Amino acid sequence: MYLTMDEEKIYGGESGETLATCMEILVTLGEIYGADRLIPVRSVQVAGVSYRTIGDAGLKWIRDLKAETRVPAILNPAGMDLKDWKKMGINEDFAERQLEIIQAYERLGVRPECTCAPYHVCRVAGFRDHLAWSESSAVSFANSVIGARTNREGAPSALAAALIGKTPNYGLHLDENRIPTLTIKVDGKLEGSDFGAVGHIAGPLVKNETPIFEFEVKPTPIELKQLGAAMAATGSVALYHVKKLTPESGLYPEPVEAITIEWSEIKEVYDCRCEPDLIAIGCPHIGPEELSRLAELLKDKQVKKELWIFTSRRLAKQHKEEVNQITKSGAKIFCDTCMVVSPASERFRCMMVNSGKALNYVPKICGVQCTLGTTEECIQKAVGEKR
Amino acid sequence: MKIKAHRISKGRASGSALITTEPISFLGGINPETGVITEKGSTLEGKSVSGKILIFPGGIGSTVSSYVIYQLKKNNVAPAAMINIHTEPIVAVGAIISEIPLVDQPEKNPFEAIKNGEEIFVNADEGYIEKSEGSYQ
Repeated sequence: MYLTMDEEKIYGGESGETLATCMEILVTLGEIYGADRLIPVRSVQVAGVSYRTIGDAGLKWIRDLKAETRVPAILNPAGMDLKDWKKMGINEDFAERQLEIIQAYERLGVRPECTCAPYHVCRVAGFRDHLAWSESSAVSFANSVIGARTNREGAPSALAAALIGKTPNYGLHLDENRIPTLTIKVDGKLEGSDFGAVGHIAGPLVKNETPIFEFEVKPTPIELKQLGAAMAATGSVALYHVKKLTPESGLYPEPVEAITIEWSEIKEVYDCRCEPDLIAIGCPHIGPEELSRLAELLKDKQVKKELWIFTSRRLAKQHKEEVNQITKSGAKIFCDTCMVVSPASERFRCMMVNSGKALNYVPKICGVQCTLGTTEECIQKAVGEKR
Repeated sequence: MKIKAHRISKGRASGSALITTEPISFLGGINPETGVITEKGSTLEGKSVSGKILIFPGGIGSTVSSYVIYQLKKNNVAPAAMINIHTEPIVAVGAIISEIPLVDQPEKNPFEAIKNGEEIFVNADEGYIEKSEGSYQ
């Protein structure tokens, strides 16, 4: 792998131990994957934030680093709301460690904004920008919907990219790995959470292919967010295209191979599996439109079951009116975290979600049963209305 | 006898070989406080990796495993060096941040060329593995 003179110097330790280690991480990964050089990145999203995920070992590593980020870097969700953690039922020990992790990242210049949907809060990714993002749904959205370029980075490699400002040039940074290789035709007039259900089904079908979808309807960006998030969860798909819609869809020849997902398969994903004692919305974190929609649905209503809504702190601050309307109903809005990465969900028996991604992860990571509903059904369940 | 290998993480170290032909998941498979392998059913269950030349095909499991390797090092119970058939990114990054010498793709199959308990020298800087004097049979 080719390194510039400056990069060689950093590699050789002239800029200190931390940067030498970071450079070594990037170069080694580059060599494993056959990268020709390092390329500058516009922004970094660092995973490995929840204390439950990285533990004392991760905290120790981050704390031992001595460097400053070179590009805008923000964090993936933490294991709790950094302010309202008590309201989530998080214990003091966990909270203390979690806050130490955030401080350790902040000391390096990483912004303490914890979100899996960075594209809702700041302009840190554009068409053809190279990025080093970590969280699978954010990676999918950046690649597919924005047309930016990022591999799915591990926690230390994303942080290394933030401190060096570069990433090895391989995988999804290259045109040849972005070509669609499988057409997926989807039956039916889908809306909302149906797209999460499609992603849930498509993930395992896609394997190592790059899919291009053909829908009967035109999905919104929010619906694409749900599609990509679910597909990344069930099949680690980091890039997809949608015919005549996503930015790169027209750039490549049509794949030869095609499969169809039937409407009946999509409906099956909704088969009720349990009676929820918690309804959770915000996987991935909700954006401004979803916040308004929820405020509208909850107007003048009172929830009878626990309803938790997850978003980024910045968005909650910017939309106080909607937030007030939602919390007046008795629903709780939590920031910086989500139902998947926080241990707070573990005390419940059955969670209802509108997300294909959460449907996959909640049973596996939280050990809680999970059932899928549309956003409207989730709210009806929470306020005790019959479907 | 020198065996050429591909450097992943720099450094050099010697120790006695601890070999498993199964992939290792550092998260959940090794106690980071003691270095003892806890993986149920592993041929190495109950053995400590501390100070050993750990030879295994490669790693499996989540990216958090990189941090477990780091924790082993900080607790002074890490392997002295590691040899893989094919290193994947998780173990690679773990070895780099922990400054543990690591090589992969040795030109001879290490599971045949090296026996458990043999004294081994790993020179990742120059990309080779060597059996120490006295361990020749």
